[in-house]
Amino acid sequence: MNTLDSSYFNWLKSAVGIAFKIVILAVFIFPFLWMISTSLQTFRETLAFPPTWIPAVPQWGNFAEAMRAGPFLTYAKNSLIITVSIIVIQFAVMIPAAYAFAKYRFALKNVLFGLVLLAFMIPGQITFIPVYLMMADMDLIHTLWPQIIPFMSNAFGIFLLRQYFMQIPEEIIEAARLDNAGEWKLVRKIMIPMAKPALATIALFSFVSHWNEYFWPLVMTNSASIRPLTLGISMLRETEGISNWHIIMAGNVVLVIPILIVYLFCSKQIVKAFVYSGIK
Amino acid sequence: MASIQFVDVSKTFDKQAVIRDLNLTIEDGKFTVLVGPSGCGKTTLLRMIAGIGPHTSGRVLIDGKDVSRIPPGQRGVAMVFQNYAIYPTMSVRENIEFGLKNNKVPKAERKRLIESICETVGLAEYLDRKPSDLSGGQRQRVALARAMVKKPSVFLMDEPLSNLDAKLRVQMRIELIELHKKLGTTFVYVTHDQVEAMSMADTIVLMNKGEIQQEAAPEAIYHQPNNLFTAQFIGVPPMNIGELGTEGARFGFRPEHAVLSRQLPPESALHYQTRGTIITREMLGSETIYQIRSGSDSFMVKSAEDLYRVDEEVFLGVDASKLHFFGGDERRLESSDPRAAGYLELLRRRP
Repeated sequence: MNTLDSSYFNWLKSAVGIAFKIVILAVFIFPFLWMISTSLQTFRETLAFPPTWIPAVPQWGNFAEAMRAGPFLTYAKNSLIITVSIIVIQFAVMIPAAYAFAKYRFALKNVLFGLVLLAFMIPGQITFIPVYLMMADMDLIHTLWPQIIPFMSNAFGIFLLRQYFMQIPEEIIEAARLDNAGEWKLVRKIMIPMAKPALATIALFSFVSHWNEYFWPLVMTNSASIRPLTLGISMLRETEGISNWHIIMAGNVVLVIPILIVYLFCSKQIVKAFVYSGIK
Repeated sequence: MASIQFVDVSKTFDKQAVIRDLNLTIEDGKFTVLVGPSGCGKTTLLRMIAGIGPHTSGRVLIDGKDVSRIPPGQRGVAMVFQNYAIYPTMSVRENIEFGLKNNKVPKAERKRLIESICETVGLAEYLDRKPSDLSGGQRQRVALARAMVKKPSVFLMDEPLSNLDAKLRVQMRIELIELHKKLGTTFVYVTHDQVEAMSMADTIVLMNKGEIQQEAAPEAIYHQPNNLFTAQFIGVPPMNIGELGTEGARFGFRPEHAVLSRQLPPESALHYQTRGTIITREMLGSETIYQIRSGSDSFMVKSAEDLYRVDEEVFLGVDASKLHFFGGDERRLESSDPRAAGYLELLRRRP
């Protein structure tokens, strides 16, 4: 009797759990499905009531039309250059910094790390005007640099990676030194492979936040040749008219796809980053 | 092969001196065990040889050459760590190969070396596994193979067996003794376990509070301990110590040297005699260990026979030749010392 009771209870528990997960999933996935569905509808279908879920004939042409509405190839190229440059530079700065903060002893280490955290806490909005003026002084406003230079270091990344490096036992580093590995090799062959989950997480967060960056490029750019995809998509509203949702959504799908691709590559590592398990 | 010398070596951690003006020579090709309670500085010495915890002052010589400025990887030493410290992201093969690659050993040579080493330590089938798929004993072997493959002139081991279960530990102990015999290299082994030290060492260096208490072969350190600390650190159970009641002097005897009897033995048979009650009895199979309370003293007695029970009254006797005496400065008195004869007489007259 008891075992029956407890197995029934367990079944109920897992059923409630699954139901709850489905609800949460639906809430998160609904806007995506809505976006994809709308991007394949005709203008008439977007206005119909009740709303159409599955378009009668998928309008693949919407994508082409969205892309023709502006210099989208340039926008996409700009977005790609900006985001990839930021990530590459951030990694080049972040890995040595985190390694030093985690494993070296030097004067003022805590003060310097405090400064890094301080940078992490300053709201970006405060820096808009001074950075703009600085970039204007340096005559960089007509280039992509204003969208890259301010993000060359990633305080959150340094913080997260430092925590991760700190968990790596000292003995492993000492063993590598006894194996005649120089510092550079040690970082490349021991630290980086062990911190892969953390690096994937940082790369994804960084990619998403800079790929989706809207306000900063809006302030820092003044011509189509240096604008990223986000600004291009938002301008569809002006060029296509406010009610052309099918075209706007087609643009948005194009904007979101790279993020999904990056996530697919990183997701496994990201889960690992939060459940670190060393070797006993 | 290489000898190691410490000359007036000191080490301070955060302004606290851990080791002061230490001098020690570790002989070439010997199995030397540094042993002592935790915090005695034994691991600190080992790390100085490796170069991963440099000394504050003095000189460390390997084969007569001052290595103070030579980086760890170029000293010709290899180390096995307590938690093995194998690289978790690399396969067994890559773990062993890492040091060779860094030393620019050609590929074909590397392959040959790795295969022959893995044959020796029994890892041949596991070369492509990740450390997380290996058992504790296998990881231990990876750590050993990684050290051996570099053909170091000095092997350093920091409590390498302490994470293994008791049975495997005994087995690995024998394997290490054999390995040392085969390689003929200088082994420096750190442990807090005096049984390990006794069973493996050619020379034991016993340390306490950053100072060397005694440096001798296991037999010598057991039978002729320099001082009270050594007498009470080496041996299970350690040497029994009792107050003599004069000049702060003490007497001592090993648990296996005491003879128990139900009747008082004839006057002349045993030199030191006392009567006591058995408090505890540990039956270990081949021997039995009794704890006997006699007045304010408590003695451990190891007996090959299991004749007595708890709460029984017994007589305990020790032969004159098995008694040790320690002066007020805690140093052991040689039997030729004039004070020893006096203490011997004092002990005999004690009620």
